[in-house]
Formats: sequence, C-alpha cells, structure tokens
Amino acid sequence: MDTFRDKLVPVTSILAGVVVLWYVFAVILNTPFQRDLDRRANEASTFSELIGKTLSQPKPTLPAPHQVAVNFFENTFLRPVTSNRSLVYNAWVTLSSTLLGFAFGTALGIIIAVGIVHVATLDRSLMPWIIASQTIPILAVAPMIIVVLAAVGITGLVPKAMISTYLSFFPVTVGMVKGLRSPEIMHLDLMHTYNASRAQTFWKLRVPASVPFLFTSMKVAVAASLVGAIVGELPTGAVAGIGAKLLAGAYYSQSIDIWSALVAGSVVAALLVMVVGIAGRLVDRAVGGRPA
Amino acid sequence: MTGTSPAVVAASKLGLTFQTNDGPVQALSNVDLTIGKGEFVSFIGPSGCGKTTLLRVIADLEKPTSGTISVNGMTAEQAREKRAYGYVFQAAALFPWRTIERNVGLPLEIMGLSKAEQAERIKRTLDLVNLSGFEKKYPWQLSGGMQQRASIARALAFDADLLLMDEPFGALDEIVRDHLNEQLLELWGRTNKTICFVTHSIPEAVYLSTRIVVMSPRPGRVSDIIESTLPKERPLDIRETPEFLAIAARVRDGLRAGHSYDD
Repeated sequence: MDTFRDKLVPVTSILAGVVVLWYVFAVILNTPFQRDLDRRANEASTFSELIGKTLSQPKPTLPAPHQVAVNFFENTFLRPVTSNRSLVYNAWVTLSSTLLGFAFGTALGIIIAVGIVHVATLDRSLMPWIIASQTIPILAVAPMIIVVLAAVGITGLVPKAMISTYLSFFPVTVGMVKGLRSPEIMHLDLMHTYNASRAQTFWKLRVPASVPFLFTSMKVAVAASLVGAIVGELPTGAVAGIGAKLLAGAYYSQSIDIWSALVAGSVVAALLVMVVGIAGRLVDRAVGGRPA
Repeated sequence: MTGTSPAVVAASKLGLTFQTNDGPVQALSNVDLTIGKGEFVSFIGPSGCGKTTLLRVIADLEKPTSGTISVNGMTAEQAREKRAYGYVFQAAALFPWRTIERNVGLPLEIMGLSKAEQAERIKRTLDLVNLSGFEKKYPWQLSGGMQQRASIARALAFDADLLLMDEPFGALDEIVRDHLNEQLLELWGRTNKTICFVTHSIPEAVYLSTRIVVMSPRPGRVSDIIESTLPKERPLDIRETPEFLAIAARVRDGLRAGHSYDD
C-alpha cells in the first residue's frame, strides 16, 4: 500500500502528464505537413478530422504515443525473435556488447581505483587524465576505435564493447576511489592498533566498506555502457542492434521505428539498472545491512 | 604500590606539539608518569587537556615530539607491533558488515590464529562481557551499551595485559553507564589487567580508579595525581560514602587549580 502511494502514484501521474503533452505536441508538430497534404488533395478537414489525421500519419514528424506503442508491440511480441526486424533480437545484440563492455569497464574501474588509493603518484598523475577522457565526445572517438581495432583484425562484439568500457569505467573508478577511502579514521586507527598489514586493512576494511559505493556507481556505469553500445553501432554501419535500428529509421524517415527503438533502449536500460540495484540490495542484505 | 612490579607505562618529559594552520599547538608538555601492573588509572580533565592525546601516544597512534615513552619496557611502536594493548574508542567502531562474533574475532584473524582458537577466544570474551547469545547479531541490532561491550570484548579477545579506553562510555546514558562501570570493575578484578581510562566524569574516575591523573589544558599537562584510598571491592553505593566524596572533592580542586573553568 505504501509503495503504491509513495512510488506508483507519483510515477504514473508524471507519465500521464508526459503522454498528454506528447499528444498535444504530436498534433502541433504534424499539423503543417497535414495541411500541406490536404491542400494538395484539395480536401478541407474539420478541426477534429485534422487531429485524427495528424495522429495517424505513416511518417509523422512526431509520432503519437499509440503509434509508437503499436509499433513497439508488433516488433517485440509479434515477430520471431530471430528476425532482424524484431526489437528483441536487436536489443539482444546491443545488450550483449553492453554487458561485455560493462564487465570490462567495472573491472578496469576497480583496478584503477585500487591503484589510485594505494599509489600516491597515480592519484596525482592518473586522475586528471581520467577526468579529461570523459570530456572527449564519445561520438568522435567511437569511429576511430572501431576503425583502429578493425585494422588490427578485431571486429564484431569487442570494438563496440570497448566503447561501453570507455564510458563505464569512469563512474566505477570515481565511486570506488571514494568507497575505498570511506573508512572512518577510527576504523583505520583500530587496524593500526592490531598492527594489521596494508593488505589486511585493504581486504578486511577498505573492500567491505566500498561495496555500497561500488553498486551505486555500477548503476550509473551500466546505463553508460548501454549508451556506449548504441553509439558504437552508429558509425559502423552495424546491421543489427538498437543503434542500427535508429540509424536505419533515420535513413528512411521511419520516425515511428526510431521512437520504438528508443523505447526499447529505455526498457533495456531500466531493466539493467534494476538488476544491478537488486544485486546490490541482495549483497547488502547478505552482509548484514539494515533493512531500509 | 607500584614499587615492586615493573612499569607497564613509563613516560618521562613527554611532549607533543601539533603543527596546525594557526601555528603550533602544545597538546602535551612535560608529562612524567609511571603506571604499574594491575593499576586502574583514569585521566580526567577538560577538553583540550591532552588526555586522549596521551592515550594515543601510549598506543603509538601519535608520535611524541619530545621526551620518552615506554610500554612494557619497549618503545610504544614495538609494543604496538607486539599487540601489547587493546584499545577501546569513544564509539564502538564495530564493522557494520560483520556479526558480533566476527567483529570480536577481527584481531584474532589479523594475528592469524587458527579457527578453533578464534572460536574459543570469541566465546570466552563474549562471556566475559555478558554478550553470550548475541554472536550472530549485527551491530545495528544491539543497543549502544551492548555495542560498546562488544568493542570491549574485541579489545580483550587477544589477551593483551593493557587496556586503553578513551571515554568508552561517554556517549551512553547514565543508567547504562553505571551498569557498565560496575561490570568493568568486576572484569578488571577478575583479569588483573592494567587499565588506562580517559573520562571527563569525576564520579566515574573516582569510582573506577586506583589512581586519578588530573590534567589541564594550554599546554596539556598533568596537574595532579591522586591515589585512591577506596577498597578494591566497590559496590555502586560507595559513591555516597564520605571517603568517596572526599576524593571527588580533591579531583575537583585539582581541576580548578588547572584554571580549567576560567575560559
């Protein structure tokens, strides 16, 4: 009951508001083209006819929510999952490189963070570069990564995953540096009174203390990974994947396809973030976290 | 009283100056102190008098800038490396991701004791602080007093003869505090450990100690050392006896003489 009142009601009211606004703008944005069509066909539409037509154009400037919903439903549930028009198939292609890149990125992020926390020179030398790396537009870097890797014979899943890695290691590094440095002075003093070695302090204090930070940053990283995978599909002329669907939709002005690919991407992102969140909560519970 | 037994803690001309942004701060100056085996010594004084700093110097958590300190006949650093003392902080400082038994077992794990030995010592020390039955609980499931008892158990688990306690009951309410004071005295009587106890409560210091070291600030120094004439057996109502009140009055005088209430 509480979750219903605290979460469902606010979220659905916002959603309802968005849908209403979306319809309003669909009508406004599609009207000029519809007027144009009517003029050429020598038709005069009443206001209500005009609204009906603007919401059912085959290639609208802004597709109406129900057009996207129908397209999404057809391409998700009514097509065989092996068809390259199936959103499930395309989402899976993107998901696989997202997960590979996310795994690489998390591992890389953790390794860099451990280095930064333990080696003072790395802290000073590496951190500025890491921050700078994230200011470079990924759209500019992505084609180069794909081209360079293709030149050395690496094609397919790995180059796309590399772009996901590039985007996802950063939040993990920042989160883990913070997490590994999160133990209180008192806890560090305590380990000092036991004459604990650096390794013991690391494994028995810093690592467990960093776990909540790790999962928080992994939530950001997994969403960034998905963006990376989609961006990675754009310059490669990839034949499958959510990025490929977006690109194909743009080529052929299939605005409804673009929007339903976007919805598919959001659904995948939401699921990924949710899975990481649940994993985080399970781990927290397993190490004695206080139920919220 | 300390004449025959070798000194557990011996400080001579001990000084510590912190370099801060506002210039040097003399936290300890010219501290001479000898603590014998089996003593219960309280350090009392207003904040800034260096009582916690002194305890941290004994524990090798701070390095003195002048004078000498020895613990168990060694330097403070050697004593720490030999795990000569258990330290109890102001807060329980339990690891929230560990159960009570695994918190108490933390120093034993670090020392590399066998699992069987660890289990045996955990059981014994949890018995000692009356926490049997709470082994599998996490810290947040225990009251503040119980958490602090668990942290005392952790300090006792590796059988150091010296126990350093930095206002361990400062954050607890008076009822719990009385109870823990009683239990601590009983524990001290049974184990014959040497205890250094920092507090800012006069009744607590007088009730617990065989000796009370009165300290005053700016610079942090020892202004008086008062031997307690109370017997080793101390029921809580000893605090109403004239003898107890006389010692408390001397402590209060000592604090006042250190100009601690002036500013």
